[in-house]
Amino acid sequence: MSPVRIKEHWREQRIFNRRAWFAGALMLLAGLAVLGRLYYLQVVRQHYYEVLSIDNGVRTVPIPAARGLILDRNGEVIASNRPTFDLELTPDEVPDLHAELAHLVRLGLLQQTDLPQLIRAIHSRQRFDTVPIRLDLSAQEVARFAVRRYEFPGIDISPRQARWYPFGKLAVAAVGYVGTISARELAHLNPAEYAGTAVIGQTGVEAAYETALHGTNGYRQILVDALGRPVRRAGALGKELHFQAPVPGDDVILSLDLKLQRLAEQLLKGQDGAVVALDPWTGDIIAMASSPGFDPNLFARGISEKQYEALVENPRLPLFNRALRAQLPSGSTIKPGLALGALTEGMVDPDKRIFAGSAWHLPGSGHLFHNAAHEVCGWVGLRMAIIMSCDVYFYRLAFKMGVDRIGAWLPNFGFGSPTGIDIPGEQPGLAPTPAWMAKHYPHDRGWYPGDTVILGIGQGKFLTTPLQLAHYTGVLAARGLSFEPRLVTGLRNPRTHQIHWKRPILDGNLTMISPASWKVVIGAMVGVTTNRRGTAYWEMINSPYPIAGKTGTAQLTREQANEVGNEKTGPENLRDDAWFIAFAPAQAPRIAVAVLVEHAGYGATGAAPIARKLMNAYLLGSNGKLLPAAPRGPYSEPRGIRPRVKAGVDPTLTALQRATEP
Amino acid sequence: MIHEEISTDSRTRRTLSSAARVLLALKVDGPLAVGLALTATYGLVVLYSASAESTPMLVRTVLRLLLGIIIMLAVARISPNLLRRASPWLYGLGIVLLLAVAAVGHVHLGAKRWLDLGPIHFQPSELMKLAVPMMCAWYLHERPLPPRWTDLGILALIILAPVALVAKEPDLGTAALITAAGAMVVFLSGLRARTLIALLLLAVAAGAAGLRFMHGYQRERLLTFLNPEAHPLGAGYHIIQSQIAVGSGGLFGKGWMAGSQAQLDFLPERTTDFIFAVIGEEFGLLGLALLLLLYAFVIGRSIYLAMQCPDTFSRLLGGSVALTFFVYVFINAGMVTGLVPVVGVPLPLVSYGGSSVVTVLTGFGILMALYSHRKLMG
Repeated sequence: MSPVRIKEHWREQRIFNRRAWFAGALMLLAGLAVLGRLYYLQVVRQHYYEVLSIDNGVRTVPIPAARGLILDRNGEVIASNRPTFDLELTPDEVPDLHAELAHLVRLGLLQQTDLPQLIRAIHSRQRFDTVPIRLDLSAQEVARFAVRRYEFPGIDISPRQARWYPFGKLAVAAVGYVGTISARELAHLNPAEYAGTAVIGQTGVEAAYETALHGTNGYRQILVDALGRPVRRAGALGKELHFQAPVPGDDVILSLDLKLQRLAEQLLKGQDGAVVALDPWTGDIIAMASSPGFDPNLFARGISEKQYEALVENPRLPLFNRALRAQLPSGSTIKPGLALGALTEGMVDPDKRIFAGSAWHLPGSGHLFHNAAHEVCGWVGLRMAIIMSCDVYFYRLAFKMGVDRIGAWLPNFGFGSPTGIDIPGEQPGLAPTPAWMAKHYPHDRGWYPGDTVILGIGQGKFLTTPLQLAHYTGVLAARGLSFEPRLVTGLRNPRTHQIHWKRPILDGNLTMISPASWKVVIGAMVGVTTNRRGTAYWEMINSPYPIAGKTGTAQLTREQANEVGNEKTGPENLRDDAWFIAFAPAQAPRIAVAVLVEHAGYGATGAAPIARKLMNAYLLGSNGKLLPAAPRGPYSEPRGIRPRVKAGVDPTLTALQRATEP
Repeated sequence: MIHEEISTDSRTRRTLSSAARVLLALKVDGPLAVGLALTATYGLVVLYSASAESTPMLVRTVLRLLLGIIIMLAVARISPNLLRRASPWLYGLGIVLLLAVAAVGHVHLGAKRWLDLGPIHFQPSELMKLAVPMMCAWYLHERPLPPRWTDLGILALIILAPVALVAKEPDLGTAALITAAGAMVVFLSGLRARTLIALLLLAVAAGAAGLRFMHGYQRERLLTFLNPEAHPLGAGYHIIQSQIAVGSGGLFGKGWMAGSQAQLDFLPERTTDFIFAVIGEEFGLLGLALLLLLYAFVIGRSIYLAMQCPDTFSRLLGGSVALTFFVYVFINAGMVTGLVPVVGVPLPLVSYGGSSVVTVLTGFGILMALYSHRKLMG
């Protein structure tokens, strides 16, 4: 039995009071714990949480830098920037989406047929994210919208910087183009540098000088709420937001002369081929064309799948940069180079004449090697063999030199390896150098004497690109000085307009070739255009300045040639490719040209007229007389041609900068 | 001059004494009323900023405060004897209403907590916050203290029956507060220390077992509390963002309406459960210390009033009101600063919304009634 318990008033009051005091002490402890925690958060770790809170609410919005311009040697703009205006819609701020879009259709700013897709796109975004609903408005369209802007809450015009090639396809082989940054490219970029940048150089100068052209993007900080929505009235919160102005990219000055470039592309029009013209004393490329080309604006604007497919599937391969990438037999254009090799190695006496019939019999075999048209050369020396392009003479010469000597000599002119031009994508061609031979024909196993023989006329295991051939022509013109071909001569600071000129790169000097040898070979090349038996006599007749040239006909492969006749009689796509190389004036050259016209038959008729018109345009004044040469020796600095761009600020750029500043 | 000074002085004294007479007539405790009024005013200032200068929210809160004050004044006039006799009936009514909620309750935000009574939505669980301690105090009033084991068993049943119904709604926060309110009565009734410890251990064990029966989000909250960084965008988001808000406020705060965490919506539930963090961000450690000081005053005064009460029922119930108020404050402040798991407990008199303001003020009305009628009691 438990004892009877009775209520004791004072005891109960005491118990309660003790408990109350105890609870009070506990609460005090708990309160101190909270205060301690607050001290830790707000005093000890205050800085840490402050950084986190700034990270939360401050978003950095990149301001893309204006891309540098690309100018030709006279300051003419080949690639520029154009402010384009888009219509942007912020769903959050549009009271009646369908009504506003229908109104835009009535204004002619949207197509009725685009609406369903557009509405789907708008609904797929966050409500406060702006959606571009119409790109690239014309000036009239901008005006039409601007006067009625008040009728379209939530829709506004937004400026954007777009790359613009004012002359379309002109010089696209050299300049290249920009295109939207692919996911793969993005993986190799510094995301901080390219935040806000829409396009990146894909080919040509645009790709090679991407870093200089791109500039440095700026940024501004804006306040965003937890949903990422920009806060318009920042008020007390907006005090410490940073702004960093973008630094525009450098302008790139090219060696191209747009006047000549335009002519080159015009002359190639309708044909597949390439032209490379350069200054033999610097390697500066004056014109570089590949036909047919394409409009780089397609890529800068954002090419559609359909347009891209059309370019890729075009049998004439407009995207193929023939100037850099077409690897073809050089044909007879190699003969001057081989002659120089043979002279230097003492393999030939230039004055000794031999009788050359219509074919040459390879000693110790039954093979006959014919002249191109089975013609008989007669008694010819080295000079005449070059002038009339006697194949039989050069079969014999090549056989005498052997593949080892030829293979060792060809790299002197830059064959068999990339020239080192300052844009990407160049092909190396092919030359049977000792290293190459050792790799592909160890101990000459499988290499037949006939393979050596046809090297004498630039066929067989010898391939060159138009650029390599132009470079070779330049080396001949400069009497052995070899400059790396280049397109970019200087970079201009867009703000100070100061130009940083680049020195030409001399990468070789063929001092082993004697002046006498040069005299023989260059004399013969002049004979090609002046001797009545010269292969380019009629095409170069009556030139006011002496031209040193050489024709070439790149034959199709033996298999193809056996099936159908080559030359001009066969179907067009199986005819020979025509080459012509030339430099002028012969005694003091200012320009070296290589012209390729595919499937045009003989080099003289197919390619030589193009070369002559280019040289005329470059060398002759309006009175038809030779222009005075710029005073310059072989080792001079680059000419001090200042681009004729007005000092001051480019109006399109300032408009754009204004539009992107806060 | 001197004459005038004396007369102003005496006028002040007269005014004060007449105010005291009014308070006495109203059965209102002056210091407690002042403490509550200051806290509520502070709350309104903070709410204005936290709600992004929303006048409608402010007006609604003022109206709720007025309703709470009216009820408080009315309740303060009720005699403690009546309160005691009404306790079992209120408790019974509460149980019936909770069962009604379970049967025909109004579902909102996935929880069945409300009874739809035409224009107003009524939460019976709010009633239970007061009815449970009243019932416990009523039960212990007739029995000698400290309670015996059998009494404890019955008290546990009294507390846990409504708690189970509320937890099932589900409303873990309110369930915890009802448990706390009842437990406070039991605690104040004078358990032996070893019994108290045994009960605490039992509670921990029950809690661990309860973890198995929790809803997914409830368990996640608890586990997230233990390791918030594991779910930075999930359930841990609340904890991380509120700590960033409090921590970045520093000693003096970022200034009224200048807290980026609160103003840019990074702080979730910033007008309700996490308004403590808004104070921390905008007014800093000093602002929070001031608030805690106000709360300490209210709680201290309440305990003092309870201690003055002459009978067991009044003391236990009054003490429970004070301690439950503390539990509110502690759980909310602890939740916001990361000391306790996230449970939906509002910061009393400051958080926006709901019947909680009315409940709290009603509780203080009861306390005032118990105290101011003490001379009438045997």
